[in-house]
Amino acid sequence: MATVGQACLLISLGLCGYGAVASVYGARTGRDAFVLSGRRSLFAVAGLVTVAFVILEAAFLRSDFHYTVVATHSSTTTPWYYRLAAMWSSQQGSLLLWVFLLAVWSSVAILLLRGRLRDVAPYATAVQLGLGAFFCGLLVFAAQPFETVAVAPSEGIGLNPLLRHPSMMIHPVMLYSGYTLFSIPFAFVVGALIVRRVDAEWIRATRFFSLAAWLCLGFGIILGARWSYSELGWGGYWAWDPVENASLLPWLTGTAFLHSVMIQEKRGMLKVWNASLVLATGILAILGTFLVRSGILDSIHAFVEEGNTIAWAFTTLVCTLVVISVYLVVSRRNDVLRSEAHLDSMFSREAAFLANNLVLVGVAFVVFWGTFFPLISEALTGKKAAVGPPWFDQYVVPLVLILVLLSGIGPVIAWRRTTPGRLWGTVRGPVIFSAAVGVLLALFTNAATDLQSMILFVVATFAIAVAVHELWRGMRARQLMTGEHAPRALVSLVKRNRRRYGGYIVHIGVSLIFIGVAASSAFQHTRDVVLKPGQSARVGGYTYTYVRPTAKIEQRAGELERITLGSKVRVVHDGKQVAVLSPTRGYYPTNAPALGVLSRYFIGDSTSEVGLKAGWRRDLWIAEQPDISNLLPIVRKGDTVFAKAAAGGVSERARAIFLAQALNGLVARYRQTAPPAQFRIIVSPLTGWIWFGALIVLFGGFTAAWPNAGAARGLSRARYTARVARDLGRA
Amino acid sequence: MDPARKRLIRLVVALTAALLLAGALAYTSFSASSSAVTPSQLLTSAHAGQSYQLTGKVVNGSIVHVGDGIAFRVRDRAGTASVPVRYTGAIPDPFRDGREVIVNVKKDGSTFVGEKDSLVTKCPSKFADPKSTSAQPA
Repeated sequence: MATVGQACLLISLGLCGYGAVASVYGARTGRDAFVLSGRRSLFAVAGLVTVAFVILEAAFLRSDFHYTVVATHSSTTTPWYYRLAAMWSSQQGSLLLWVFLLAVWSSVAILLLRGRLRDVAPYATAVQLGLGAFFCGLLVFAAQPFETVAVAPSEGIGLNPLLRHPSMMIHPVMLYSGYTLFSIPFAFVVGALIVRRVDAEWIRATRFFSLAAWLCLGFGIILGARWSYSELGWGGYWAWDPVENASLLPWLTGTAFLHSVMIQEKRGMLKVWNASLVLATGILAILGTFLVRSGILDSIHAFVEEGNTIAWAFTTLVCTLVVISVYLVVSRRNDVLRSEAHLDSMFSREAAFLANNLVLVGVAFVVFWGTFFPLISEALTGKKAAVGPPWFDQYVVPLVLILVLLSGIGPVIAWRRTTPGRLWGTVRGPVIFSAAVGVLLALFTNAATDLQSMILFVVATFAIAVAVHELWRGMRARQLMTGEHAPRALVSLVKRNRRRYGGYIVHIGVSLIFIGVAASSAFQHTRDVVLKPGQSARVGGYTYTYVRPTAKIEQRAGELERITLGSKVRVVHDGKQVAVLSPTRGYYPTNAPALGVLSRYFIGDSTSEVGLKAGWRRDLWIAEQPDISNLLPIVRKGDTVFAKAAAGGVSERARAIFLAQALNGLVARYRQTAPPAQFRIIVSPLTGWIWFGALIVLFGGFTAAWPNAGAARGLSRARYTARVARDLGRA
Repeated sequence: MDPARKRLIRLVVALTAALLLAGALAYTSFSASSSAVTPSQLLTSAHAGQSYQLTGKVVNGSIVHVGDGIAFRVRDRAGTASVPVRYTGAIPDPFRDGREVIVNVKKDGSTFVGEKDSLVTKCPSKFADPKSTSAQPA
């Protein structure tokens, strides 16, 4: 099957090249047969890479260690659902996932949009196939997923324990879906610029895919944050790590694009800006993959071997895309990209959206500069240097404050022109409400001790109040007109203008996320303590007591999966028990041949499972680092005994029995005589609001992206018109 | 005022503001950054009070628990020169003997004190050479 998989990739590479050339040739000469052939090439590539994808996933599922990538990233003790995810924990598997998603999403887009933008679509197909050719080329020449060995090892190395988390099964798929979906508006704007047809049609045609890309990427980012919070054992959800930043960059520019396209649709303005934004978003999506997969920024961290060919390939691709994009925008700026109208007033929705865009792009620039600073510094000064989270916070926090404020003003300010008095009349209610909330927070909580957080609480409340007020007003108007009950009137209202009201729901969700981030960052209590069983520590008004150690052996498919050492920790507040938390650390066996029989169970990879009681008001969080130093001398002595027994020719069965007894004995010993353990304890207010806000964003995004009946009818009409035009052309 | 002139003034003001902000951004990034150094560079040129971003590998058998924190030695990736580090704060799960680490440190006498929570160990989300056995998600 490996040969079939490799053949699929090889044929896909050829088809990508052929399809791209055929599409462009067909479009330039007006020969529809070539255009159709190019489109079919894309569908064929989607089919072939799907076959390759399924073959590799099947190899992971059945633990076929003939495949090098399976042997190095999975094992028989890895649960089946994590074996599926183990595929994209590898370089080769993740690149295959990328090209699979690219081919599938592109095919869906080209299929759904057939009959629309008939002059643009062949170039868009060529761009998609060109990107497909790049990734297929990497899979064929640089990172081969179907490399096999004649004699399979008896066991694989296993999935990195840190990645054994439900979020990690979906997070990469969501991120890559976001990246590949953003390539669709990117490809269409390239096509639109080539044929000089930059009206709002390409925006309308690709809106669904832009929104889907934004949603997938946002959901992927949140899943990554959740994984970090509950798995990594440091208690945070964002660290301005280059890999995190890489996914944030296209999301920021994509958010700006989703707002600014409304101005082009409504007023025919900002064409250069919109084209540039979507081109930048597409390139940043490639750059996101580049950062994770090439390791170019890790060079400062010394994580990557020298001579990484993938880094050079990605650098060439990104540079090529930048040059083409700049050329297209500059060469079209004075004709098809010329604005049809100008900004009439700074007191207008256009101005508010433009300001929102400038802030979003400003945040993206800060993140870009900070992420790439190691390279910039090395290029300019010859010295490697990096900036840390405080530098990012210094710029991003004030910009976010402005952004949240604008998200409250934007939806209610009139198009073209308004007056300060009229604007005040619209926002008076929400302003008074948010000011009152601010006063109450200052009087009854310690929120005022952190000025930035306090401002954010007030502006986020304002943005929520505006959105809720708009929904309320619309619902009341509908009730008066139709006599519907309130819930029905609300649903009808949203259904009649999904995009607008979906956007308001997204604003509510984003504001809740920012409230959660501000509260959990500024008012979090964190303490690192070493406790013996029976000892307590007080953190943020809560008393954490280490009640007793826990230890157990966990098995899967008849094999030892991990040894879990941990504790029961009682949490008391105002004399009442509020939670019993169970932080643990799982020790996974390693196959390192140099280690002794017992050592391999304690010196391999280990990972924290945090104890967490989540709540609306605060999260109680704890992670433990058990001290196994008193076990290690016994483990080493056991290694010697097993080595002697092996030399003495003890049977496999006897060895297995002795090993089970030894491990059970060690686990029991830890339970009885556990030394003091190190704990990180966190009391974090409103962290739950981040995850709840993300769910609201997701709901709002779905509402906005869901095609309404009118759009579906429009699509059918467009297809019918295209069919008639084609038939007339033949006649 | 002539609308075209008004638009030009707006553009000049906006571009000037953007340039000033970009300049401030660039300036502060250089002044707030920490030099990335190897243990051997740190041994020869470290100044007390200055912050450095130390990169290297954890020396085998050097990790010991000291009070609420840990002490360990970091050596060059390809070499034996090493420096002692005292650290308190979050310890990443993958941290152990032989692992590549990054930690912000300041010189304190003969040892280097790690900034709280600055210790980073090779994250599984980072690229690893295909020949290595580490996992790497998308």
